[in-house]
Amino acid sequence: MTDNNALRMSKRDLLALIGTSAGASAMYMAMSSFGQAQASTFKGPIKLDGDAKGASVLILGAGVAGMTAALELSRAGYKVQVLEYNNRVGGRAWTLKGSDTYTELGGATQQCSFASGNYINPGPWRIPWHHHGIMHYCRELGVALEPFMQLNYNAYVHSTKAFGGQPQRYRHIQADFYGHVSELLAKAVNKNALSDTITTEDGEILLEALRGWGALDKNMRYVKGQESSNRRGWEKQPGGGLTAEPIPSEPMTAQTLLRSRLWRSIASHLTWDHEFAIFQPVGGMEMVAKGYERAVGHLVRLNSKVTAIRQGEKGVTVDYVDTTSGANAQAEADWCICTIPLPILAQIDMNVGPKLAGAIRAVPYSTSVKVGLEFKRRFWEQDDQIYGGITTTDLPISQISYPSSNYGGQGPGVLLAAYTGGSTGYELTALPPEERVKRVLEWGSQIHPQFKSEFVNGIAVGWHRVPWVLGCFGQWTEETRAQHYKDLCEMDGRIVLAGEHASYIGGWQEGGITSAIDVITRLHQRVIAS
Amino acid sequence: MKINLMALGLAATALTGSVSMALAQDAAQPRRDDPAALVAQQGDADGAFVMPGRFSEPDGEKMYRRVCAACHMADASGAAGAGKYPPLANNPNLAASGYPMLVTLKGLNGMPPLGTMMTDQQVADVVNYVRTHFGNQYDDAITAEDVKAMR
Repeated sequence: MTDNNALRMSKRDLLALIGTSAGASAMYMAMSSFGQAQASTFKGPIKLDGDAKGASVLILGAGVAGMTAALELSRAGYKVQVLEYNNRVGGRAWTLKGSDTYTELGGATQQCSFASGNYINPGPWRIPWHHHGIMHYCRELGVALEPFMQLNYNAYVHSTKAFGGQPQRYRHIQADFYGHVSELLAKAVNKNALSDTITTEDGEILLEALRGWGALDKNMRYVKGQESSNRRGWEKQPGGGLTAEPIPSEPMTAQTLLRSRLWRSIASHLTWDHEFAIFQPVGGMEMVAKGYERAVGHLVRLNSKVTAIRQGEKGVTVDYVDTTSGANAQAEADWCICTIPLPILAQIDMNVGPKLAGAIRAVPYSTSVKVGLEFKRRFWEQDDQIYGGITTTDLPISQISYPSSNYGGQGPGVLLAAYTGGSTGYELTALPPEERVKRVLEWGSQIHPQFKSEFVNGIAVGWHRVPWVLGCFGQWTEETRAQHYKDLCEMDGRIVLAGEHASYIGGWQEGGITSAIDVITRLHQRVIAS
Repeated sequence: MKINLMALGLAATALTGSVSMALAQDAAQPRRDDPAALVAQQGDADGAFVMPGRFSEPDGEKMYRRVCAACHMADASGAAGAGKYPPLANNPNLAASGYPMLVTLKGLNGMPPLGTMMTDQQVADVVNYVRTHFGNQYDDAITAEDVKAMR
């Protein structure tokens, strides 16, 4: 950026720049107040000391919350039975791969035709290092993890309204943003514009920091040269031999960068939930389910649709239907831990008090759509040098995630070609599955033109059509939390709820696990005190 | 842009209050309180896919077909799995206009309050549409004013 360019920057541009940092902190404040940015409460393996006195517990739902409860309660000497609606365990810890079929509400059935080794996780797909509960159970249950490539500097950031719709490399946006911000701030320091805020001495330290952070030259400018190209990459890369001399690349101007609004993508990589190290199970999130299944699968009765939950003074009786035979049956236990997602539970006959009943009905479930597309080859690696990571876009697909495994594979590869929500989520879900795939293919080809020629097949999951959740995850607001959260978590007689909906880590498996640990701790205290 | 976009000015009021899109797993999803979610895109001619933070369908029929059908199905017959979406076709609960208006604005059970992403007129339009189609014949239309009063 030349000085002239800097002078021509309007006040509006500067305000936009300032708004970036203000927005980020404001957003963090908002997230904290909503209680959505909380750390996991998992404190290491639980020990339920004391005599369970032969008490029995009926667990409804074999997702990570139910399976965690089953595992720890059975260890502590409880008689445990789990009822599960699906014909598999895991709940939303779910993977779609070749030969899987999925039938959504309304009856549309999709056959997943991915080649061997390819998959998508329609639900949770990544595990942050600080989700100590799920990290613990993966280790204990033998679920192998591998790094999830959350941030790839060579992936794209894309806006239909910037650069003529041409995708930009994340690296260019980040380097130029850091560089221009540093240069501007250095100018402010040198003009003593911050003298009421920091001392001259601290100003000198700040200048030193900005020079390094922003890749500024010796004149404290962010300009074409070795410093900036070491961040944003070169016009011609350094090499060996006669033609080895590198040619620096030209940074975009501050104005171009600001107005592109592509700097938005930087903040989304700075969140606590997505920082490195972050992992995925090798082979898909269903490996978490399989890990639990190895440990407590024998306690689970599959294909069991709960129709009524009744508690009395001495125990709990649950009516259910075997969905394969249609036969009615009952299960009984001293206690019931119910992990059934709230939109389903709200429709089940259940004698609980008005507070819990009110809480169950107070939490709407988020919309979310994921679409996986399989292509003949991994063109994003071969043509675009993108190895894992995520491209973000203002197109309805919201993002494209490249596989964090099998780099350099020669066969077909699968992209998570859409992961989106908001109004777009409903609008995509309202389309027939094949139409969702078609639209996503169309949108994605605006970023990767290879989409159309390399496409093989696809599968689309709109979470509001998932028959056993009716949505993706519980969506609390500040108001509903204040009014209903404690009521949702309190034991009601012999019944208590667990799951991500009963946590401050909504939408993550860690929420389900920490909720289950909390519930079994309280239940156990009640039992040994009785 | 072929379609007549909803007045953006309404968005600010509708977006205050109980908005919590700070969802961990979904940090990369459009946020209703993010200005970027209110930037209009080249969407479909009938208003779908225009902006992630608001519905832009311009009439009741289009809103039903492009949005409500996600759960209640194109023919309003609902659906059933472990739980169910109630059919809106031939549904006597629609007799009192206040009920579908309330459910649209405030949500019910797992149903999100989709009306928070619509203008008053859009809510009125879709409620009026459903109450006069799919075998429902309730001609007492609601107005945007009615919706505004209930928000």
